[in-house]
Amino acid sequence: MCSSRSANHRHADVAGLAFVGVPCRPMKVGIPKEIYPHELRVAATPDTIDKMKKLGLEVVVETGAGEAADLADAAYVEAGARIADANTVYGEADIVLKVRAPMARADGRHEADLLKPGTTLISFIWPAQNKALVDRLAARKVNVFAMDAVPRITRAQKLDALSAMANVAGYRAVVEAAHHFGRFFPGQVTAAGRVKPAQVLIIGAGVAGLAAIAASKALGAVVKAFDTRPVVREQIESLGGQFIEFKFEEAGEGAGGYAKEMSDAYLAAEQALIAKHAQTSDVIISTALIPGKPAPVLITPGAVTAMAQGSVIVDMAAEQGGNCPLTEKDKVVTKSGVTLIGLTDLPSRMPRTSSELYATTVLNLLKEMYTQDKGLVINLEDEIQRGCIVLKAGELLWPPPKPAAPPAAAPAPKPKAAAPAHGAHGAADGKKKGSGANLMAGLAAILLGAAAIFGPPEFIQHLTVFLLACVVGWHVIWNVTPALHTPLMSVTNAISGIIVIGGMLVLYGGGEGSLILGGVAVLLAAINVAGGFLVTQRMLKMFRK
Amino acid sequence: MITTIRSLAYLIASLLFIMSLRGLSSQETARGGNRSGVIGMLVAVVLTALALIAPVDFATMGKPDPSLLGMLGGALIIGGVIGAFVAARVAMTSMPELVAMLHSFVGAAAVIVGIATYLQPGDAYEAGRSAHLVEIYIGVFVGAVTFSGSIIAFGKLRGIIGSRPLLLPGRHILNLIVVMLVIALGVIFHHAEVPWPDAGANLVDAGMPALLAMTGLALLLGIHMVMAIGGGDMPVVVSLLNSYSGWAAAAAGFMLSNDLLIVTGALVGSSGAILSYIMCRAMNRSIFNVMLGGFGAEAGAKPAPGATPAGKVTETNVNEVADWLLAARHVVIVPGYGMAVAQAQHAVKDISSLLIEKGVSCRYAIHPVAGRLPGHMNVLLAEANVSYDIVKEMDEINPDFPNTEVVMVIGANDIVNPSAETDTSSPIYGMPVLQVWKAGKVVMLKRGMSAGYAGVDNPLVYNDNTAMLFGDARQSVQKLLAALRERSA
Repeated sequence: MCSSRSANHRHADVAGLAFVGVPCRPMKVGIPKEIYPHELRVAATPDTIDKMKKLGLEVVVETGAGEAADLADAAYVEAGARIADANTVYGEADIVLKVRAPMARADGRHEADLLKPGTTLISFIWPAQNKALVDRLAARKVNVFAMDAVPRITRAQKLDALSAMANVAGYRAVVEAAHHFGRFFPGQVTAAGRVKPAQVLIIGAGVAGLAAIAASKALGAVVKAFDTRPVVREQIESLGGQFIEFKFEEAGEGAGGYAKEMSDAYLAAEQALIAKHAQTSDVIISTALIPGKPAPVLITPGAVTAMAQGSVIVDMAAEQGGNCPLTEKDKVVTKSGVTLIGLTDLPSRMPRTSSELYATTVLNLLKEMYTQDKGLVINLEDEIQRGCIVLKAGELLWPPPKPAAPPAAAPAPKPKAAAPAHGAHGAADGKKKGSGANLMAGLAAILLGAAAIFGPPEFIQHLTVFLLACVVGWHVIWNVTPALHTPLMSVTNAISGIIVIGGMLVLYGGGEGSLILGGVAVLLAAINVAGGFLVTQRMLKMFRK
Repeated sequence: MITTIRSLAYLIASLLFIMSLRGLSSQETARGGNRSGVIGMLVAVVLTALALIAPVDFATMGKPDPSLLGMLGGALIIGGVIGAFVAARVAMTSMPELVAMLHSFVGAAAVIVGIATYLQPGDAYEAGRSAHLVEIYIGVFVGAVTFSGSIIAFGKLRGIIGSRPLLLPGRHILNLIVVMLVIALGVIFHHAEVPWPDAGANLVDAGMPALLAMTGLALLLGIHMVMAIGGGDMPVVVSLLNSYSGWAAAAAGFMLSNDLLIVTGALVGSSGAILSYIMCRAMNRSIFNVMLGGFGAEAGAKPAPGATPAGKVTETNVNEVADWLLAARHVVIVPGYGMAVAQAQHAVKDISSLLIEKGVSCRYAIHPVAGRLPGHMNVLLAEANVSYDIVKEMDEINPDFPNTEVVMVIGANDIVNPSAETDTSSPIYGMPVLQVWKAGKVVMLKRGMSAGYAGVDNPLVYNDNTAMLFGDARQSVQKLLAALRERSA
């Protein structure tokens, strides 16, 4: 019987609870070993376990869970986890973190059935494609969050497991391509002859595509990239890829940052453009996907036959049907002399990195809901939680209501100084002299008027010289580079020491006290001259490339 | 003959001074420019001296007056030595104080020259005497204001005088009264020489009391004006005083009928005026606002001290930052005056050199009002041997922030405050700033969570992509350098 008096306090293991309250014992997180064939990733690393411990959670890890990702049980123990068998892990955990959706085990039981009622499961679920699984989980009265349903907002970037995995997959795709490609990626000039660089074509500039561009460039290939969304041009070019221009009527970007599905004519035009570029490409890495629908066919069989013998195509959309009909899922085949790689476990082939990244995203989602004081609180007002949640105590909450169309970005209030701030550097420009010059002109007009009326001819002469010098000064000074403004001040200081001449004229000019007064004036001015020029020289010497 | 040579010399000197300023258009031509200035000055001084020592006509050349010669030579040499000594010893971080001090010398010299000119034997009935009197009066006025204003500026920059603005109640009225008194005294001064019907009485010095009284008032005006300006507006003030010292020299040129003084004074005056304009624009405040107000006199109220922070602050450590820096392709460092005060610029330079060696593009972004003088940060970085072609001005580098992975902000606050663009109630609204928040990640090196000079909260620290590295700037940078070296060994 626990003695807590907190108003939020409930016992965490009461079945059917919609609200998981503050537990009277620390909550337990369970990390099972993945049983999906060829799945080498794990949902937690010693690093994330360390962070979970700091949050006040206890962690139970299944024996050998991280083995395939080079994370030994001993490492988990060192981070503070307990090692146990599958039954214990599922039996004790209040929160279960997984990579692959629950599936049937070898011993006949289903992973979903091992979950205690009231448990929270965070994993890749793919609810649209796995209705039966969702029903099974609903029957268990558990909470389920899908890592594949994270909304694409800035705040959720640190939980975006799909992007993290796509990043790894994009890199790995290039590695697989290079592995199967018979030539170098980078060009070389050697004594034994010249080696041409590989021409790589990347289709789709999402996270995976951009990662592939970066990896291909890093290996030295010549990279071209295609995407239906014109906004990605800048991203592609910043990575060193060449953007393939595609002109067609329909706009390419749909709601939520994904490409829209296109009309038939559009698709045909895409295929034609890709076929044209495929002819001169050695490697094609294709990443085009449309959420919830089969992948679009972009590389026609005709395009494949037009490619040179030894070319390689990595079809990263193989799991959703493939961007090329010749691709065979999970296999590497050769057709018409072209190697077609249809592997669907690319992130899993880099299990250590994938696990580290995935574990961090899962932990970040957990941190959205769990705090040490309040325990696990499911807040459906929160955009992220509402987007990811599939089941809440068995109640189906998926799919979430559609997000409002992103409002047109309000034009940033242009600060008044923005316009004059541009174009100030460099050559004198009529606009920026505007108000200053007008003031000067006004002043000059007044002075000239007064001089004409009152002054002797000598005065007007001096005034002329003065005004001309001001104009010259104006033009010359605007040309001074801002980096040298401090030396400018010290050099003008030195030059204004020309008042030394005034002192000299006074000294020799006679009059009471001219000796002393003149002497002092000359002294002060001489300090300026010497000090000013020397300190300027000292500063200018320091500026070097 | 000598006069012709002297006039020619003045022409050459003027041209050389103009060339000297032209030379400052780029770092490559700047040193040549400085040399032109030196030559111009030498030409002017030597030929003026010759013209004074030797009489107008070679034929009647006698021995030059030894006492005058001695005073001239002595003053030049002693002044030169003092100037050279100071120039060799001053630290770059103290450059603003030196500049302020030098301005005061020009002001003082202008006042002395003005008063001494007035004392010279002259003719009250002489044609143009009236104009001459006005020139003397104005020259002494500008000189005196420059002198006392610069002394106060020196004090504020040095820290001897507090940097908070001294806002006396009714200070505008006070200034107005002083100006009106000055004008009144000017009239008295001018009319003190109205010739009496009494022939022979030459009241040439009769205006001296008025002149001296005006000088006193002008000194007070200079003091008051600069005392009323806050420490953060010093770049504008020093530029303004730079300008005034030019006008003082030009006024001296009018009174002495010396074209070289007029030309040079005009060059210096317009230089200072342009720098003041640039500084004001960079702070998005009008010159009058700076001179007549204190900072924040017009806009939104300052946030209450200890107000609850508006969000979560993410803290980081040197190891994480080192990882980010090495993984980035583009890094920008934004130095503020705080970096210079902490003397961290040499360690920062080591970091940027290391990154560049590792193939990471590393540049510096300088805001126009960073530092206490225009262009001050550039000089401090040059002193730390940072190559000048990776030091970029705000307008050049602002468009690049979206393509920058990591930005390090060191000892700077208001110049990276997004409120300047978005919050109309903020005192710094409208001021152009460095848009660092558009970069991938922003690391702010700060001592603690206190507000910057303007006392304005900086929402940048609450951004998701901003991480704070707390600690003394120099220590943090040195630890970061060690972490980077460790990782790239």
